[in-house]
Amino acid sequence: MSASEQALASGEVLPLSLRGPAPTRVVAGYGFWLFLLSDIIIFAALFAAYAVLSGESAGGPTAADLFDKKHVMIETACLLASSVTCGFGSLAVQSGNRNSTYFWMAVTFILGATFLSLEVSEFSHMLEIGAGPSRSAFLSAFFTLVGTHGLHVTMGLCWLIVMLLQVATLGFQPMVSRRFFCFALFWHALDIVWVGVFTIVYLGAHL
Amino acid sequence: MFGRLTWAAIPFDQPVVMIASGIVGFVIFCVLALVTFKGWWPYLWREWITSVDHKRIGVMYIGLALLMLVRGFSDAMLMRSQLALAAGHAQGYLPPEHYDQIFSAHGTIMIFFVAMPFVIGLMNFVLPLQLGVRDVAFPVLNSVGFWLSAAGVLLVNVSLVVGEFARTGWLAYPPLSEVAYSPGVGVDYYLWSLQISGLGTLLSGINLTTTILKLRAPGMGYRQMPIFCWTALASNLLIVAAFPILTATFAMLLLDRYCGFHFFTNELGGNPMMYVNLIWCWGHPEVYILILPAFGVFSEVVATFSGKPLFGRRSMVMATMVICVLSFLVWLHHFFTMGAGADVNAFFGIMTMLIAVPTGVKVFNWLFTLYGGRIRFTTPVYWAIGFMVTFVIGGMTGVLMAIPPADFVLHNSLFLIAHFHNVIIGGVVFGVMAGITYWFPKAFGFTLNERLGKSVFWCWFVGFYLAFTPLYVLGLMGATRRMQHYSNMHWQPFMLVAMAGALLILLGIVLTGVQLAVSIRRRNLNRDVTGDPWNGRTLEWSIPSPPPAWNFAQLPPVDRADAFWAMKQQRGTAQERQDRNVKRAYETIHVPRNNPTGFFLAFFAVLLGFSLIWHIWWGAGLGLLGAIVVCLIQAWRTDGETEVSAEKVAAFERLHGVQEGAA
Amino acid sequence: MTSAALLMASCSEGVLDPHGPVGKAERVILYDATAIMLAVVIPVIVLTLVFAWWFRAKNKRAHYRPDWEYSGRIEMIIWSIPALIVLFLGGIAWTGSHDLDPPAPLADSAAPLDIEVISLDWRWLFIYPHEGIASLNRLVVPAGVPLRFRLTSTTVMNSFFVPQLGSQIYTMPNMVTRLNLKADQPGTFEGLSAQFSGDGFSDMRFDLVATEAEAFKDWVNTTKSQGGVLDSTTFEELVKPAKADGAQTYAQVSEGLFDKISLGSRAAVSPQRGR
Repeated sequence: MSASEQALASGEVLPLSLRGPAPTRVVAGYGFWLFLLSDIIIFAALFAAYAVLSGESAGGPTAADLFDKKHVMIETACLLASSVTCGFGSLAVQSGNRNSTYFWMAVTFILGATFLSLEVSEFSHMLEIGAGPSRSAFLSAFFTLVGTHGLHVTMGLCWLIVMLLQVATLGFQPMVSRRFFCFALFWHALDIVWVGVFTIVYLGAHL
Repeated sequence: MFGRLTWAAIPFDQPVVMIASGIVGFVIFCVLALVTFKGWWPYLWREWITSVDHKRIGVMYIGLALLMLVRGFSDAMLMRSQLALAAGHAQGYLPPEHYDQIFSAHGTIMIFFVAMPFVIGLMNFVLPLQLGVRDVAFPVLNSVGFWLSAAGVLLVNVSLVVGEFARTGWLAYPPLSEVAYSPGVGVDYYLWSLQISGLGTLLSGINLTTTILKLRAPGMGYRQMPIFCWTALASNLLIVAAFPILTATFAMLLLDRYCGFHFFTNELGGNPMMYVNLIWCWGHPEVYILILPAFGVFSEVVATFSGKPLFGRRSMVMATMVICVLSFLVWLHHFFTMGAGADVNAFFGIMTMLIAVPTGVKVFNWLFTLYGGRIRFTTPVYWAIGFMVTFVIGGMTGVLMAIPPADFVLHNSLFLIAHFHNVIIGGVVFGVMAGITYWFPKAFGFTLNERLGKSVFWCWFVGFYLAFTPLYVLGLMGATRRMQHYSNMHWQPFMLVAMAGALLILLGIVLTGVQLAVSIRRRNLNRDVTGDPWNGRTLEWSIPSPPPAWNFAQLPPVDRADAFWAMKQQRGTAQERQDRNVKRAYETIHVPRNNPTGFFLAFFAVLLGFSLIWHIWWGAGLGLLGAIVVCLIQAWRTDGETEVSAEKVAAFERLHGVQEGAA
Repeated sequence: MTSAALLMASCSEGVLDPHGPVGKAERVILYDATAIMLAVVIPVIVLTLVFAWWFRAKNKRAHYRPDWEYSGRIEMIIWSIPALIVLFLGGIAWTGSHDLDPPAPLADSAAPLDIEVISLDWRWLFIYPHEGIASLNRLVVPAGVPLRFRLTSTTVMNSFFVPQLGSQIYTMPNMVTRLNLKADQPGTFEGLSAQFSGDGFSDMRFDLVATEAEAFKDWVNTTKSQGGVLDSTTFEELVKPAKADGAQTYAQVSEGLFDKISLGSRAAVSPQRGR
C-alpha cells in the first residue's frame, strides 16, 4: 500500500495535493482563473501604456478637458449593480431555478448594456469634437484601455445570451453550471478592472 | 473586392523566391497526392487532425517544429552564404530589400515556430505520463492551441509567396515598424501570425499549468513530482504571465498601423521606447520559457543514465522557481544603450547576474549527479554532456554583457548573436534533441538508431563551434548584426569558417531525417517491448510503448519521487507480485472523443489573418463569423467523451504483459 | 590554442584595440570579468568531461553510489561560488556603469568639443555648433580633446558607434541622447550604426578622423570657406531616404538646427531625466 492509501484507510485527512486528480468542476474553475489572470496582465500592459502616455496630448484635448465625472459615476453604478445581480443569478443557477436565473441574468444584461451604451455615447461625442484616438498618444491610450474593457463587456454580454440559451436547451447539467461559474468570475473580474480604470483614468484626470 | 491584394503581390521578378516556393509547392502537392492515392485521409483525420490526445498533439507539435527548422535553417544558410560572399566591394546575391526579410523571418521562425513548438510538444507528450494521469486538463483546448500555432506557421510561410515579410528584425521595433517606414504588408503578416499563434501558446500555458497543479496521480504531491514537471510548471507560469504582454503590445502596434493611433509613432506623442520596454518585458521571460523545460530534460536524462537520483533535487526545484521569478526583473539588459542612466542600468545588470546563480547551481547539481554514477553513453547523454560544456560558455558571455559598460561596446554586435545562439542551440536545441531521442521509444514503440543519433550530435556540436566562434571574434572586431555586406576584408575568412559550420549543422539536420527513415525501416530490431528501454525512474516508463489512449489502466499510487524506480526496487518475490496482481480490478475509463473544433478554428483564423493583412474586410468578417459559429457548435456538444470498457482495458493489459504500476 | 589565436586576431582591431579612455576602461572590464568567470567555467568544463569519463558504466574501478543524492556541504559550496562571482561582478557593474555612463563628462582638463549628431536614412550628419559648420559621413575631431556629443534621429532608431573609441548610444527621434568619448592619438577610426534602420543600414558608415590640434583648426577654416549652407531647406533634402554616397561638408549651419530637429513636434524628452 502506498502512503496515501494507508492514510485514507486510517481515516486521516489527506492534503489536497495528494488526493489525485481534482474533479472537473475544480479543474475548469482553476483554468479559467488562470485565463483571467492572463487577461488582467493584458490590462496591466494597457494601464502601463496609459500611465506613460497620459501626458502626451500633443496640444490637443487633455483628460481634464474631456472627462465628465457624473457620466462615469452612472456607468460605474450600472456595472457594479450588474455584478450584484449576477451574484443573485449565480445563486439561482446553483439551486437550479430556471425562472430566477432568467430574471437575474436579464437584469444583469440590461445593466451591462446600459453601461455599454453610455460608454459608446461618450466615445462618439469625443470623436465628434475631434478628440478621437488618432489625435494624440494620450487619446490613443485612453481609447484602447477603456475600449478594451468595453470590448470585454460586450463579449461578456454575448456570452451571457449564449449561456441563457444553453439553460433553455440543455437545462442545468454540470457542463452548463460550470460555464455559468466561469461567466460570473469573468463578469466580476471586469468589475474589478473597471474600478482600476475609473480610478486611474477618470479620477486621475482631475487630480 | 480583394482589398490591397493584387497579382503584383506575387514576386515573379525574384527568382530565388519563386524557385523556393515552387519547390515547396511541388513537395506539398506530392505529399497530398500520395495521401489521397493511398487513401490515408480517414486515418489522418481520425487519428491525428481531430485527435485531442495529448500524445498525438505533442507529436504534431514536434513535427511542425522540425518542418519549420528546415525553413528557418534555409534562411540561415542564405544569410551565411551572402555574408561569405559580400566582402569589400562585393554586394553578394541578396539585395537589402530581400536580405532584411530573410533575417527577420529567420529569427521569427526559429523562436516562435521552431523552439516554442519543440518545447510545448515535449511538455504536452510527457507531462500527463509523468504525472500519472490520463490527459491534460483541457484536451479540446489543447487541440485548439496546436492548430492555432499551425495557423501562424501557414501565414508566415504564405508571406514568402504572396506579398513580403517584415523587414524590421524579429522584434519589429517602431518607428521602423510603423506604417510610415514599413508601409507594406510585411509587418502585418508578422503581427497577425504571431497574434494568432500567441493565442494558441497562451491557451497551452493555461492548460499545462492547470494540469500540473490540479491533475496528478494520488499521492503525488509537489515533493514527489518529477523534476521535468517542475521546470514545465515554471515555464508554463511564465507563458501565462508573459504572453499577454506580447498580445497587448502587438495590439497597440496594430492599432497604430491600422487605425492611425499614436502609441509608438514619431508624431503626436508616441513613444517608441515604450515598445522596446514592453516587448522585452515579454522577451526575456520568453527565453526562460524555452530553456527551463530543456533544463528539465537534462535533469531526467542525467539522472536516468547515471543510474542515480538527481543530486540536490530540492535545490534544483528552488533554483527553477527562483529563475522563474527573476526572469521578470531583468528585461532592460536588452537595451542598456538606450540611455536609461547609470543607476537603472546597474540595477538591471546586477539582477541579470543574479539569475546566473541558480543557473550555476543547476550545472553543479548535474555535475554531482554524474559523480558516483554508472553512466551509459547513449545519444541523450551525448547531448547532455555537450550541453553542459557549451551552455556554460554561453552563460559566461551573457554575464559579460550584463555589465553595462561591456555591453556598450558589444550591444547588437555579432558577439551578441554568438551569445544567444550559444545558449539557445547549446541549451534549447540540445535539450530538445535529447528529449526527442529519450522519449521517442515511448511515443512510437521502438528506439532511434544510436549510431546515426551520435553522428547527428557531432554534426551539431562541432558545427555550432565552427559557426559561432568566428562570430564571437567578429563582434569583438567591431562587426554589427544585420549587415547585408561589409567593407572590411579581414572579416571574410571568419565568415567563411562560419559558413562551413552552418554546412555541418545542415548535415546534422539531414542526418536527422536519415536517422528517422532508417529507424522506421529497422523498427522491428529496435522494438521497446517492456515499455522501459532505458531503465527509467519516472512513471512514463511503467506503461507500454506506445501507451494506450487512456495512458494508465489504473492511476498509479505514488508516495515518493522517482516513483517508478521505487516500484521496481519494491518488486520483491513472485508471490508478493501475484498478491498484488489479484487486487487489480479494472474500471470503465472515460476517454475524450475526437473533435474538429481546433482544426476549423485554425482555418477561420487563417482566413481572418490573411484578410486583415490585405484589408479584405468582408473576408475578415467571414473569418470572425466562422470562428464564432465553430465555438457555438462546440458549446452545444454534449457527447465529448467515449467509454472504454473494463474488459477492453484488461485485455490490453494482458496483451502487453504490463509492468506492475499498481500495488 | 585556437582561442588564443582567435583572440590575437581580434586584438588588432575593434573593441579590443581601443584608442580612447572610454574604450580602454571597457576593455579592462572585458578582460577582468572574463578572467574571473573562466576561473569557474574552465574547471566546470573539465570536471564535466572527467566525471563523465571516469564514471562511465564500463569503468569497474569507479565507485557507484546509487543512493547518493544530497550533501549539505556541497550544496553550500555550489550556491556560494556563483554568489561570490556575482557579488564581485556586480560591484564591477555598479562602479563601471557610473564611471562610464555615456552622458558623464570625461575626467579631463581640456575643454570639450561639442558635436551634434543626427542620424538620417541612411547617413550621419555631424554639426559643430560652436564652429558653425557641419559634415556628412565624416567626423573630423582633434585628438586628445574630450568630445561631448548630443545625438538625435530624424526617422527611426539608430546607434552611434565607433568601436575603437568605446561606448555606443542609441539615437532616437524627438529625443536627445548624450555621449562622451575621446581619441587619445590621431588616427582614422571606423564608425557605424549598430541599430538596424532599414535597407540602407549596411552602408551607414562613417570615418572618425582624429587629427592634431593644428590640423583640426585648419580643417575647420577650410570647411568654412567652401561648401554649401545647411539650413531647413537643405536639411529637408537630406531627410529624404538615400543610401550613403561619400562625404560632404557645409560651410554654414543655421543656428539651433539640431535643437529644432530633436525637439520635433513637442518638447524633447531626454532619456536621462534630471541630467
